[in-house]
Parts: sequence; C-alpha cells; structure tokens
Amino acid sequence: MNTLTTKPLWYRIRPWVWIILLIAIYLWAFNGLNFEGVQSTAKSVSLSIIDGFAHPDWDYVYDPEGEDLLRGLLDTLIISILGTFVSAFLCIPFAFWAAANVSRLRAVSGTGKVVLSVIRVFPEMIVAILFIKAVGPGSFAGVLALGVHSIGMLAKLYSESIETIDPGPSEALTAAGASKLQVLWFAVLPQVIPQFLSYSLYRFEINMRSATTLGLVGAGGIGTPLLFALQMRNWNRVGVILLGIIILVVLTDLISGWIRKRIV
Amino acid sequence: MKAATIEAPQRYKRYLTWIFFVVLIVVCAIQTDVTPYQLIVGLPQMGTLLAEMVPPDWSYLPTIWKPMVETIQIALVGTMLGGILAIPFALLCAYNVMPNRTVSVPVRLILNLVRTVPDLLFAAIFVAIFGIGPFAGMLAIMFFSFGLIAKLTFEAIESIDPGPLEAMTAVGANKIQLIVFGVLPQAMPHYMSYLLYAFEVNVRAASVLGLVGAGGIGLLLDRSLGLFRYDRAAIIILLTLVIVLVIDYGSTVLRRKLL
Repeated sequence: MNTLTTKPLWYRIRPWVWIILLIAIYLWAFNGLNFEGVQSTAKSVSLSIIDGFAHPDWDYVYDPEGEDLLRGLLDTLIISILGTFVSAFLCIPFAFWAAANVSRLRAVSGTGKVVLSVIRVFPEMIVAILFIKAVGPGSFAGVLALGVHSIGMLAKLYSESIETIDPGPSEALTAAGASKLQVLWFAVLPQVIPQFLSYSLYRFEINMRSATTLGLVGAGGIGTPLLFALQMRNWNRVGVILLGIIILVVLTDLISGWIRKRIV
Repeated sequence: MKAATIEAPQRYKRYLTWIFFVVLIVVCAIQTDVTPYQLIVGLPQMGTLLAEMVPPDWSYLPTIWKPMVETIQIALVGTMLGGILAIPFALLCAYNVMPNRTVSVPVRLILNLVRTVPDLLFAAIFVAIFGIGPFAGMLAIMFFSFGLIAKLTFEAIESIDPGPLEAMTAVGANKIQLIVFGVLPQAMPHYMSYLLYAFEVNVRAASVLGLVGAGGIGLLLDRSLGLFRYDRAAIIILLTLVIVLVIDYGSTVLRRKLL
C-alpha cells in the first residue's frame, strides 16, 4: 500500500490527463462537424440506392460497342499492373539511397528516408490530379500517379530488405576483388529479388484498390463510368460497377497472394 | 554415377517467366496507349505546371485553414466511430474467441466485402443520402476505417497468448469474462496502435474526400485546380503535406510508446 501512495504524482494523474485530453479533442471535433440533420429526401434516396444495388444493371456488363464494365475493369487492372511495374523499377535507386548499409555516411540514408516519407504522405489522388493536368486525363495519368506514389512505400520496404541481407557473400566477393557493381549484381541482388517481388505484388494489391477510384478525378479506369453513374443517380449501374470492383479486387488478391506464397 | 552427371539447373522456366512478364507489360501498354513517347511529350507540360505553382499564394492560407481543420475533425471522429464499431466484429471473427465457424466465417466475409469498397465510393454514396458536407465524409471514413481496424485487430487477437484464456476457461470463466479479462488486456495495445495508424491513413483519405463533395480541404483543391489557380493549389498541397507529416510523426511516437 505504501509503495502505491509514494508513486510520483505525475504517474497517478497521467491516465486522467490523457483521458481529459482525448475528451477535449473529441468535443472539439464533433463541434466542427455541424450536422444539419438528415435531408428530407434521405429516405427515398436510400431506398432507391438499395433497390439499385438489389437489381444491378446486367446489360452494362458487356456492350459490343462503346464503354462497358468489362472494358473499364480491364483498364483498371492494366493501370495497376503498369503502375506497379513503373514504381518497382523507379524505386530501386531510392531503395539503395535509403538503405543504411549501402553507404558509409549516415546522412545519405537519412536524407533518403526523409525523401521517401515525403513521397509517402502525398495522397495519390493529389498526385493523380497533378499528372492529369500535365499529360491530360486518361489511363496514362493514372499509371504515372500510381507509379510515383508507390515509390514511397515500396522503396521503404525494399531498403529494409537490403538492410537485412547477409553481409557474408558481399564481403567474400569484395575480398576476391570484385568491383562494386559486381558485388551488387552477384551478392546483393540475388538475396533481395524474391522479397522485392513479393513486396511489389503486395503493392499491386493496394494499387488495385486505388486504381478503382482514380477515375473519379479523371485518371482512367472504372472510376470514370462510376462517376457518371453516381452523378446521374443511376444506382442500378453503380450497383453493377461496385459488384465488378469487388469481384476484381477479390480475384487479384487471391492470385497475387498465391504467387507471393510461392515466391517466399 | 549420379554425382558425375550434375546438370546446370533448368533455366528455361525462369526465361519463360520473364518473357511472359515482358509480353504482359507490352500488351498492357498498347491496350491503354501508355508509351514512353507520351511521357516525353508530357514532361515539359508537367514542368510548366510546377513552374506556375511557385510562388505559392500565401495570402490564401487563412481561407484554407478552416477546411483543413475540418479535414482533421472528419478523420478524428470517423476513426473513433469506426474503431468502436470494429471491436465487436473483430471479436466475432477471431477463431480463438469465437470457435463457432458459422458465425466467424460470414463475419469475415462481410469484413472483406467492406474493405473492397473504395473510400471515395462510400463518400459519394453518403453524399447522395445526407447531402454535401463533412457529415457524409465522416461516415465514409467511419466505414473505411472500420474494415481496416477490424481486420488488423482480429489478426492481433488471434495471435495473443492462449495461456491466460485456457487458465480462465479451466477455472470456469464465461465468455464475457474471458473477453474482458483475457483477450482485451492483451489485444488493447495493438488495437490502440491500429487506431492511430488508421487515423494517419484517414487524414490522407479525408484530404481528398472533398473531390466528391464530402467536406474537407479537397473541395478547395478541386476548385483551385478548376480555375487554373495553381499557386493556390500549391499552398493547399503544401499545407496538407505539413499537417500529414506532423500527424504521422506524432502518431509514430505514440505508437512506439504503446508497443
């Protein structure tokens, strides 16, 4: 009992300070979201949404001429494949830059890590908007957005796997007189490539999810017809597109998970 | 004899994989008209865009401060509500708490479905129901983080130490006692850390929700870009970047303390 009461004051009140702080933050946050009440149309809109989702617009799945669901999904898939491919290569120099065991100077890997976290915090939608302004709306902007945005995470994961390699082979090669490039090619890369592939596939799964919404800002894929359907309140079409997205994401997750298990 | 006939490892499988990969990429590129040529043409335009962004319009800062705060508020409330909603679902689909598969498997299926729906689609649907504004964005963030937190948490629950649970079952604890005294104390630090992680993700998500009319800073970004005011867009992007970096840093420090 005695030991309890002699605890420093700060330790006794600390949980309460946290709780009060949290409550204050949330009161402030709730106040900010001035909720104007449910609109009078909310009920009918909800009902029509449920009705639309219950009766998807099957005619939209395949349309011999013009835009249809399958083409949109194929575009989405391609955008994420190409985006992942672009970033898987672009991020290799970044990864070696940020890996602590590649260069002797601590400052080099430190700056690399900072650059990567700056890339990482950029929301990909904003990257997409910038690329749309640069190369025009379409799949290409989506590919570039995913390619650049993914560098942040992929290069971080790559650099971590470079940091954990076994130094033995590189030392042996250096001792036998190999050049830096030869060490990289014959000692470092064979150890990290399986992990690189596995991380890239993981990122591909994430990109697949992002690619479905990139079209909402005009960067190609299924998001563009989805946006039109949403604007026209065509809930049957929204329903079938959502269904398509779910099936596509689940399928690519399954396939990519299966491949990842085989690689590692 | 066997030792003498060591052959070089079969390489053609690897070559075939690479060829397949290259063909896949080329076909994809042709299908969507993504070519290096386009990149070379597009890069100068990108340069002019970036050039127009400097100097950022600093006088716009007071105007965007309030929507930025609103973005954080959306993320805060959405994360909390989603996190609270996630607890019962995470418990229901962890096999070591709910050995009855007829409950846990359907719940897992629901979670997987929720996670495949993009956050912007949630936002667009809620905007249609509740009108334009931050409330729709908050609901979108709530459902989005619910899927994320529930999945991470149930995986954490499944990896807890089974010892205390067995001991409690042996002395006759019921399900509620098991959860309150056996599962929650072990899973709590992980859960809090996932909550913080989800908050980081949600701040980023909330900053673009405005593109579909769900409140926050995204609306102003969309408007500035539409009016070709790239100096204003630049200041919005800069502010978002700073806020996200600060929140990420704070949350990382907190998470390190938790685990």
